[in-house]
Amino acid sequence: MLEYAWVVPAITFTSFWIILLFGKKLPMKGAEVGIGALVMCFVLSVALSGAWISRTADLEVEAHKTVETGEHGSKTDDHGGESDSSGDHGGGGDHRLVLPSPAPLVMGAAEGGEGGHHSYIIREPVQKEWTWFSNGQIDIKAGIHIDGLAVALLFVVSTISLLVHIFSTSYVHGDERFTHYFAFLSLFTTGMFVLVTASNTLQALFGWELMGLCSFGLIGHWWEQYPNARAALKAFFTTRTGDVGLLVGISILFFAAGETFDIASTNAAAIAGEIPDGVLIAAAAALLVAVIGKSAQFPLHTWLPDAMAGPTPVSALIHAATMVVAGVYLIARLYGVFWEAFDIADGGFNAIAIVGGITILIAAALAFVQRDIKKVLAYSTVSQLGFMVMALGVGAWTAAIFHLFTHAFFKACLFLGAGSVSHSGSHHSFDMVADMGGLKKYMPKTFWTFATATLALAGVPPLAGFWSKDEILLGAGENGYTFFLVVGLVGAFMTAAYMTRCVYLTFFGEPRGAAAHHHPHESPSTITIPLIILAVLSVFAGLLNAPGILKFTEWTDNITVITAGMEHHDFSIITALFSVVVGLGGILTAYAYYWKGFRVGVLKYDQGISGSIYRFLGNKYYLDDLYEKGVVAGVSGPVARAAYWINQKVLDGVVNGAGVTARGLARFVYEILDQKVVDGIVNGTGYASEGAGAGLRVVQTGKVQQYAVAMFIGVIAFAGLLVVFV
Amino acid sequence: MVAQNVFFGILALVMGVSAIRVVTVKNVVHAALYLVLVFAGVAGIFILLAAEFLAVVQVLVYIGAILVLFLFGTMLTRAPIGRTPDLDNPAGQRGLSALVALALFGFLGAILVDAFSDSKVEPTGVVTSSDVALSIFQDYVIPFEVISILLTAALIGAVVIARRD
Amino acid sequence: MYLTQFLLLAAFLFCVGIYGVIARKNAVLVLMSIELILNSVNINLVALGAWRGFEEQIIASVFSLFIIAVAAAEVGVGLAIVLLIYRNRQSVDLSQVAEMKG
Repeated sequence: MLEYAWVVPAITFTSFWIILLFGKKLPMKGAEVGIGALVMCFVLSVALSGAWISRTADLEVEAHKTVETGEHGSKTDDHGGESDSSGDHGGGGDHRLVLPSPAPLVMGAAEGGEGGHHSYIIREPVQKEWTWFSNGQIDIKAGIHIDGLAVALLFVVSTISLLVHIFSTSYVHGDERFTHYFAFLSLFTTGMFVLVTASNTLQALFGWELMGLCSFGLIGHWWEQYPNARAALKAFFTTRTGDVGLLVGISILFFAAGETFDIASTNAAAIAGEIPDGVLIAAAAALLVAVIGKSAQFPLHTWLPDAMAGPTPVSALIHAATMVVAGVYLIARLYGVFWEAFDIADGGFNAIAIVGGITILIAAALAFVQRDIKKVLAYSTVSQLGFMVMALGVGAWTAAIFHLFTHAFFKACLFLGAGSVSHSGSHHSFDMVADMGGLKKYMPKTFWTFATATLALAGVPPLAGFWSKDEILLGAGENGYTFFLVVGLVGAFMTAAYMTRCVYLTFFGEPRGAAAHHHPHESPSTITIPLIILAVLSVFAGLLNAPGILKFTEWTDNITVITAGMEHHDFSIITALFSVVVGLGGILTAYAYYWKGFRVGVLKYDQGISGSIYRFLGNKYYLDDLYEKGVVAGVSGPVARAAYWINQKVLDGVVNGAGVTARGLARFVYEILDQKVVDGIVNGTGYASEGAGAGLRVVQTGKVQQYAVAMFIGVIAFAGLLVVFV
Repeated sequence: MVAQNVFFGILALVMGVSAIRVVTVKNVVHAALYLVLVFAGVAGIFILLAAEFLAVVQVLVYIGAILVLFLFGTMLTRAPIGRTPDLDNPAGQRGLSALVALALFGFLGAILVDAFSDSKVEPTGVVTSSDVALSIFQDYVIPFEVISILLTAALIGAVVIARRD
Repeated sequence: MYLTQFLLLAAFLFCVGIYGVIARKNAVLVLMSIELILNSVNINLVALGAWRGFEEQIIASVFSLFIIAVAAAEVGVGLAIVLLIYRNRQSVDLSQVAEMKG
């Protein structure tokens, strides 16, 4: 079953073509094809998840299998291990069962962080590859590599994409480019599927770039308004800047890992220490640049808030759940490379965690000063991505992936909720301060789902966000990254606070502006049903990895030696308490500020230091100005002028020169060669003949007698000659 | 043989003078008459050379028919009877043609003398009409027929050309 | 009798005829000059035939006969043409008949 995972991207790719070619003629203008395809993909991804889970579950039974591995740091464990991290062993005994092929399994033991041994199991992923073309010694392959990580992401992407499709039928209804929108959605989903199931870095690159292209097309969906087109370009170029890093990283890894693009072999080579340190750091740094671009980390995060110019379902799909997590996915996939390169095991500080940590804080700060609800959510996404990246940086791999998983649900719910509000409440305006307020009584379903998702994001137990965020903090604290633990807690506080602000401004208080004038009402069911589904998922998805259950870990952990061999920290009440306190504290602060009007000290934002901080934040740290006026203008201005100069003087000079030369040559050929020489020759022969004829014509007098004279003279002469000489 | 030579001399002289007169007189009819003398002289030469049939035919045809024809032509073309000055080409051309003729004569004469000197002509027998007839109708009947056709053609041609329509 | 005397005579007639052909302006006179030429040829033939032998004499006679016939035909046609020229131009001046000029 898992070998057929390639069907999933194939379905959406086919649906893309069908919608593009035939969509306009269909009754629902292509939406039905898109939704149908996504339903199939959703079902398939659920089936694939089931298949993978059962594959993992087989391990429980074959606890006594003793296949040795040669990975470093492992020891064979004949007797089923000293600890039982993977659950029950089915009661001792030495029955050996033969595993059905192809399901090799590797058991080993690793040094844990605290000196304890625990056995781990690696589940070989399912790989299927086709050689696309070979170029000498290098084979370019296309293939799938299915393991728990891929399956988890497949599930997330197909769920969110399906719900976004359903949401969009109402949201984008009547738009003139409705069909193209759905086509792009399908293509985008294909790109994400291709990335997620990629077995080699080239295929990952292909999916990555495809998503970049589709995000450009989708963000700029209403390109008639110039700001939208600019936002699309900004997104594309900023991620492109990061993609340079991706190319460099892939190339370095190709050569470093022994001329192969295969991800599994690259990871294995990195873990086994076959790649020299400098090369590895260079590759990892380059890939990190790509992640910074794609996952909107500092300093390349500026495109994400501007990308809110696109339709809201697009934001929900791309900028909450799918494209932006591509970077996180990349790190998670190639974790062996990063682990070794940045020495994540050592604790303290490393590049990934720093990037993530900075991102958390600055994005959260910016979220406080936004009037636009989507921009709040955008900065919130950036901040949460920072959490994920930081988690990967501190060695909490499973936590990061789990947070990705849960964040997708509640963030998508929040975005779709914002879309619902604008669609039916604030008359297509996203400005909370000016056009919303008091919508709680008009849009109850939207309000309750939005509030649930907010609580999940804030990390209130027992909702999903709590479990995943708590696991990150736990990992940070336990792996020796205490600084980042503090950063995470501050971030959690700020998250709770700004989200509560957002809820207040949108749903509480008195209706303002458009909300007052345009009769807000609840949205149609095609909008509210996805909201409800996502809210439910936000509540319950977290329990998948709650301590004691830990199913998620079990299903995804077993990819590489590193991830499998990582220390799984037990649930720590203290950390949990801290994160809850921090979360509730944030909510309360915002509550005090907004509901009770409690302004004191720092909170008086229009004066003094707070004022300048407010302005600083309002201008987004002047980063945009720096990029646009400093970098872009500084480069593009001179470059553009130089290019223009080259064009006008050099190129045009060459072209014009060629033209002038050609013309002169033509004139020369025409006037001199053709008219004088050739025609001269031709006419000359004519004149010569004519002259000769005129000359000779004199003989032809027409008088026969003179002809006779001539004849006889000739005869005499001839005969004379004959006589004399013969 | 002396008689033959004498006769030949007389004939040659007459013929020569007549021929020159043919081409120089300013009177068409006189030219025609001088031509008669030439023809007659030719007939005499033929007799000297023992070709009597030919001589007779010469007289009959040339003097009897062709000359008459000439006279007819002269009269039909209203040739001026009497002295007419413009029967000759301009002097330049005449001079040139005299030159050519003289050159030609000198040339021919030189060759002939050079080639045939000391050759004697001794006609062995007289060529009678029966000899000629036999020769024509036995050996040369085809040329004879051709000549007939030619004459017919000429006859018809002349009629066609000259008819008044 | 020497052969050369006959031949010279013939040559003389021939040249005179040539002179006549070229020098005379009247078409009829030109035709007469042509007759002179033809006669000279006849003399030649017969003389040479006589020089050779009896058979050749006969042959020469025959040949001369043919020439006479041809001459006759030629004069007939020639005069017809002259007549036509005269009819069209009212003159038999050969220097006027220069249509082939150029």
